[in-house]
Amino acid sequence: MASPLQPIDDYARTLAPETRAAVIKSAAFTSGQRIEVLRRDYEDPDALRKLARKIKQHTIDRLDHYLEQAESRLKAAGAQVHFATDGPSACRQVLKILQEHGVTRLVKSKSMATEEIHLNPFLEKHGIESIETDLGEFIVQIDDDHPSHIVRPIIHKNRRQVAESLERHGLGAYDDDPKTITRRARVHLREKYMQSGAGITGGNFVSAESGRMVLVTNEGNARFSMAPNKVHIAVIGIEKLVPRDRDLAVFLSLLARSATAQQITVYTQFINGPRSANQPSGPEHMHVVFLDNGRSQVLGGECREILRCIRCGACQNVCPVYRQASGHAYRAVYGGPIGAVLSPLIGDSISFSNYGDLPRASSLCGACREVCPVDIPIPDLLLKLRHGAKKAKLPSPGSPPMGPFADLATSPKLWRTSMTASRAMNYLPLQFAPVKPLRDWLDQRTLPKWRGGEFRRWLKQRPSPVEDQKKHA
Amino acid sequence: MAAPEHRPSSREVLFMMTCLCDAFYADVAKAAVQVLEHAGCQVSVPPDQTCCGQPPFNGGDFEVSRKVARHTAAVFAGERPIIVPSGSCAAMHFHGNALQFEAQPDREGVDSLGKRTWEIFDFLVHGLGLMSWPGVLPPRRIAIHHSCHTRGTHTGGAIRTLLGSIEGVELIEFGQDEQCCGFGGTFSVSFPHISAGMGTLKLDHILDAKPDLLVSGDMSCLMHLNGLATKQGREIPHRHAVEILAESLDRA
Repeated sequence: MASPLQPIDDYARTLAPETRAAVIKSAAFTSGQRIEVLRRDYEDPDALRKLARKIKQHTIDRLDHYLEQAESRLKAAGAQVHFATDGPSACRQVLKILQEHGVTRLVKSKSMATEEIHLNPFLEKHGIESIETDLGEFIVQIDDDHPSHIVRPIIHKNRRQVAESLERHGLGAYDDDPKTITRRARVHLREKYMQSGAGITGGNFVSAESGRMVLVTNEGNARFSMAPNKVHIAVIGIEKLVPRDRDLAVFLSLLARSATAQQITVYTQFINGPRSANQPSGPEHMHVVFLDNGRSQVLGGECREILRCIRCGACQNVCPVYRQASGHAYRAVYGGPIGAVLSPLIGDSISFSNYGDLPRASSLCGACREVCPVDIPIPDLLLKLRHGAKKAKLPSPGSPPMGPFADLATSPKLWRTSMTASRAMNYLPLQFAPVKPLRDWLDQRTLPKWRGGEFRRWLKQRPSPVEDQKKHA
Repeated sequence: MAAPEHRPSSREVLFMMTCLCDAFYADVAKAAVQVLEHAGCQVSVPPDQTCCGQPPFNGGDFEVSRKVARHTAAVFAGERPIIVPSGSCAAMHFHGNALQFEAQPDREGVDSLGKRTWEIFDFLVHGLGLMSWPGVLPPRRIAIHHSCHTRGTHTGGAIRTLLGSIEGVELIEFGQDEQCCGFGGTFSVSFPHISAGMGTLKLDHILDAKPDLLVSGDMSCLMHLNGLATKQGREIPHRHAVEILAESLDRA
């Protein structure tokens, strides 16, 4: 027996008002700032995103070529390159590298790819301490929580809740001054950097032409994670490639503006392999783990455009459903519009049945497509996935069967008769109707008066009835 | 979801009333016919029309929605422009059908539907070239809610152009106007709580601006917002934008 409500709606129904308020406030603010900064800086921001779309689509259309190119350039620069077909394989490869270097403690900068493969719990199970150094991710980690947004992991918390987390974790008495919070985390984390044996990062972009990898942060924690360490491991989705170094200009311009309404992130790091004569500082060993985890399947399917995504989170910020429900409502690592497409498609074979309901959590309003820096037609992809879920006969609570409606809508006479006959609805206590979805709907809304067929009668009675009506009469 | 570039703009038009006007909003359909006739159109209303097929389409039930779309394509066959007082049904014709008939052998019929469909304001301004609308109305502060299906089309601008040209009309802005009203058809049935939350927030923003009237090119959004407002004991006077044009004609 299916649950009477869609899981996401049920989650939203019981969401703490404080959480919803935090999400709405922050998401709406960033959405507003985003469009402001884009309009201020570009005469036609749309032209830029159309260009970005083209570059990314070109890249994923020739991904095998660019992956090979990136691999050879990275190797030439002294990095070691690994390919992981799925999450468990990526985790094992990371573990092996760490064990080879005898690492038992490490620092991490924020990376959705490592969230996706659940790297931290895996490492912990194998006796390796992994410390998140992005402030948001750090709070997530000490709270044993999960990020609820791909750019702002703790968008679901206000500063009072963050202050409580620090207090619980023994980082000083309650103080919700943002400066104090930051300073305390900083002091705590500085020590961790020095005690670690490796730094793990994600990767925002990799240029296939040069093998140059780009990391952006606002806290400088990626740099710090690498500076004192001998080993750097980057876990990167295979779709993060761009063909040439010059393409980075387009994507760095769009990423920061789309994600946080900044012209550029505070720290933008270009990494060209491990320490060498040309690059005298940094880790001695660099390992890049390219993660597939279902992406090449997506590439061959009807939702391939989703691989253009550069993980800016603008679709999450603007999405009215995300704002009402918060990211955790989506259950998966990726929430919001991007997550509703990605989560059923990547990971293992049961992802689709696990997350097949996510694409329904959208009014298809299209705000996500409007803000997407690579112009992904997210609403179209959601519809395709709904169609796939329908064909796979996944349960969909609260979705009335549409067969009878189609029968009516293809039988014009019956349609006209029911238009008129349904006026009886005006005299029925619909709030007691035996149809649960209708009762739920009317719980918070009224329906207008049924006036079925009235326009058609008006047409017939006009002094000069329009031609087709006359023919029909 | 841009509307097609080149669509026929002859004044012999087919009118699609929409199922919502068929069932609830006869006055909107009447106003649309009057407005089109005032603009010199000869309006035909095919009696066998029913629905664009959007409810099953949005549910992902393409097998079922294609049936409805095929019926609609047959009912509106021919060369004449198809005029709809709804950006949502119009988008179904030129965008939704393209998606669900992508790999179908019989896509020609629905392709023709898409290539001839205009949302009514888009037609008046960009099809017929009207840049203003005659008449005078009593002074009114009007807030316009642009329905989501008109994103990327010329409908929003066309509504502003024509309503803004009527003496007495003052168009006012409100906060977060890009946000959805929460209806989304079957979405509001499957996700009643999220939908109501979205609609309530929308109402807050609109009512904060204290409009005399809320106007939209889609009755579905207005139905939803009014349905919520009534249940919450709030009042939101609302009308389809085409009713404002018709009213202005009555007073011209």
